[in-house]
Amino acid sequence: MQFLKNALVQTVIVLLLGFVVLELVQPPIPLSLLMFYMSAIAVGMAVYSTSTTERMESFWAPIRTLLVSPSLKLLRIAVLTAIPAGAAVLTAFALIPSNSAPATLRVIHPAPPGSITFEGKPINLREAVNPFRELKGTDQQAFAGKVELGREVYFKNCFQCHGDHLDGEGPFAKAFNPRPANFQDVGTIAQLQESYLFWRIAKGGPGLPAESTPGRSAMPRWEGILNTDQIWAVILFLYEKTGHPPRTWE
Amino acid sequence: MDKAVFKALNGGASYNPSGRNSGLISLASVLLAAWALMWAFPALAANIGAGPEYREFPLIGSRVAVWVAAEVHLMFAAFVLGVPMFAVIVELVAMLTGEKKYDALAREFSKLVTLSTSITAIWGGILLFLLVTLYPKFWNYLSGIFAPTMWIYPVLFLLELVFVYLYYYSWDRMTEGRSKWVHFGLGIMVNVVGTILLFLANTWATFMMTPGGINPDTGELVSLFEAIYNFAWMPINIHRLIANVTFGGAVAAGYAAFKFMYSKTPEDKAHYDWMGYVGMMIAMWSFLVLPFAGYYLMREIYAYDQTMGITMMGGFLSWVWIIQALVISVLFLGLNYYMWCGLERIEGGERYQPYIKYLLTVLVLGVMVWATPHSLIATPEEVSAMGGAHHEVFGSLGVMSAKMTAVNLMILASAIGFMFYRRANKIATHPSAKMLNLVQGGIFGGAALIILYLGIDGYFVSPIVRVEKYSIWQVLLVLFAILSTTGLDVILFRNCRTTGGINWGRMAPRSQYALLLVAVAFTWLMGLMGYVRSISRQHWHVNKVLEDTSVDAFSPALGYVSTVVTACTIIFLGLVMLIFWINSLTEKKKAA
Repeated sequence: MQFLKNALVQTVIVLLLGFVVLELVQPPIPLSLLMFYMSAIAVGMAVYSTSTTERMESFWAPIRTLLVSPSLKLLRIAVLTAIPAGAAVLTAFALIPSNSAPATLRVIHPAPPGSITFEGKPINLREAVNPFRELKGTDQQAFAGKVELGREVYFKNCFQCHGDHLDGEGPFAKAFNPRPANFQDVGTIAQLQESYLFWRIAKGGPGLPAESTPGRSAMPRWEGILNTDQIWAVILFLYEKTGHPPRTWE
Repeated sequence: MDKAVFKALNGGASYNPSGRNSGLISLASVLLAAWALMWAFPALAANIGAGPEYREFPLIGSRVAVWVAAEVHLMFAAFVLGVPMFAVIVELVAMLTGEKKYDALAREFSKLVTLSTSITAIWGGILLFLLVTLYPKFWNYLSGIFAPTMWIYPVLFLLELVFVYLYYYSWDRMTEGRSKWVHFGLGIMVNVVGTILLFLANTWATFMMTPGGINPDTGELVSLFEAIYNFAWMPINIHRLIANVTFGGAVAAGYAAFKFMYSKTPEDKAHYDWMGYVGMMIAMWSFLVLPFAGYYLMREIYAYDQTMGITMMGGFLSWVWIIQALVISVLFLGLNYYMWCGLERIEGGERYQPYIKYLLTVLVLGVMVWATPHSLIATPEEVSAMGGAHHEVFGSLGVMSAKMTAVNLMILASAIGFMFYRRANKIATHPSAKMLNLVQGGIFGGAALIILYLGIDGYFVSPIVRVEKYSIWQVLLVLFAILSTTGLDVILFRNCRTTGGINWGRMAPRSQYALLLVAVAFTWLMGLMGYVRSISRQHWHVNKVLEDTSVDAFSPALGYVSTVVTACTIIFLGLVMLIFWINSLTEKKKAA
């Protein structure tokens, strides 16, 4: 097992191990992320292999031997043929035409506009706050009433996609790409101010900016269906039900 | 230059166009140019009302012309503001310890600044003329708001030039006693005036991002103080001040690496090896606090306007931060790699080499977490397999809680690496050495565990708690761990035994390439961050106040951005190489 102490062997083992572990992850990770993680591991191993002179010598020794040793002529020819041949095969595979759509980058949380118009009235999203939020501290009963209103709105209009448990697993959810948002996930509404949710609910998928395409969200535009109070109430319900507080700066 | 003019400017000194006095000639010409600029300033601003709103620059367009001029100017400005900060400190160390080598090092640092200051002024002039001629509408508005500060600015620049040149050229004349303290005072003035200049220029740049002190409907000035003290001003001041030190240290270390590899004698190799080490240390220690300053800046931008915050961090600019994370990772790895290579020149350093793999593991895992994007690039098949664009395992690494934790642990790992380096040739003789070592291990381990806990719990608390409390606690823990273990090291290694000396100059060339890589990566990073700050306004010259209606009012793609940033980096580093070369001519002349 002496060969395991060689820096080149260790590098190969770590790279293979990293690849296998990442490949085992379920659901499978996109190729772009896999390539990045593998690059990070490769750079790390390059740094490690050259961090001391002794280790660097250990890394290069087998390569040097392979390149100069007369007794390894056949292996040398095989390796020096296999490397460009492998590159050629990979290139050939990469050039095979495919019907798949190209990989895309879709922004999940696009930047909201500074202001919108809702039913003809301008709303400044920079300053807009949920008018029912303050009831929590002043009138618990009224606050509960607004949450109840939001619950009604949600289960009449939203649960089919976003699910009974607000986890994006509604009965229609699997038919959509992109899938409906999972509000329980700390990466969604917990990261956002309430005015952001107002914008998303009011304008829906058609109101998304270009950076959130392709695969534009199937979220309907609720302006004209829900009024201002209903939207603020359902936002209140989303935060109360999930237990996430909205993003604030005070 | 005419002899008579030269004499008049230099108090009757004899005219000598070569050697040492060439710097004085350079100073004089820049002074004249700056003086002319100062008087031209209001005149330029006054004559732009009647012309067109925009003019076109040939071939590359107006925006790229201004972009390159502004970026290269800023790179030089950062360098000439950063280097004097530690040059003065090194000089003070020399004065207090009496060690001549520190004095020589401070002198060498300040030598890099003189010609660079002149070039900063020239690029500032280029930027000004480009703005005035290409963006007259914008310039008319900005100069209307900030006219008084723009009158003060050139005066301060003149003062800065005078102090910078006096500081360097009086070095050999003010060497002892009171005159040395006067010389040190000149260095202080270089920094004081330089910092005021930085803060003043920041008012204009930050006003464009987060305007204040104006009537939001008409854009008219209401309060100059509020326009200056706008929302992003102080966060940018802090961020740039620290970044300038890091940048100065990195470029100075790059200079030392370059000189090291060209050195022929063991003495020169030893000197430049040491200089590279000092530059790297300055870069590293200031760099460690830079992420916190950046985090504070972004927090303020979010608080100012969620649209701007999300545009930068979660919207179409979010991938810039992935690139930023990768470049900063290069810096982390480069700086640590240099330190690990440095263990070989220390007798006894081999005792700490086995720990490299553990520190590297933390760094690589940190890189992987930090650079995991929130929005993944995926094919429709991959999106379908994941059940959405969000990966349920790795997707959670795309938010700030994970990234802050990763950065803090990377900083902690770097600090541990430096502790090993610091004690590489020392053996503690303190009676409680074992216990003190355990305490240090406990502090580092405990800090790492708490940072990890806060990072995980950060997913389950409100953003305000995460931003205002957890992130601050994490930072404080890192600082506490670094400072307390350093303090314990002082106790631990008092009257210690040594395993040998540090063999300055016996450094592997690959370590010097790491220093060069750090200098290039930092320059490139600075260019990229300049772009992010600027593009956060999108199609506004002054955010939500003065719209950019020129043909360039679009947000360029990342590939295009990378090309321009790379061009700026090449121009800057090319000019820096020119400065190094000019400096080397003086050395050759002296040696001859």
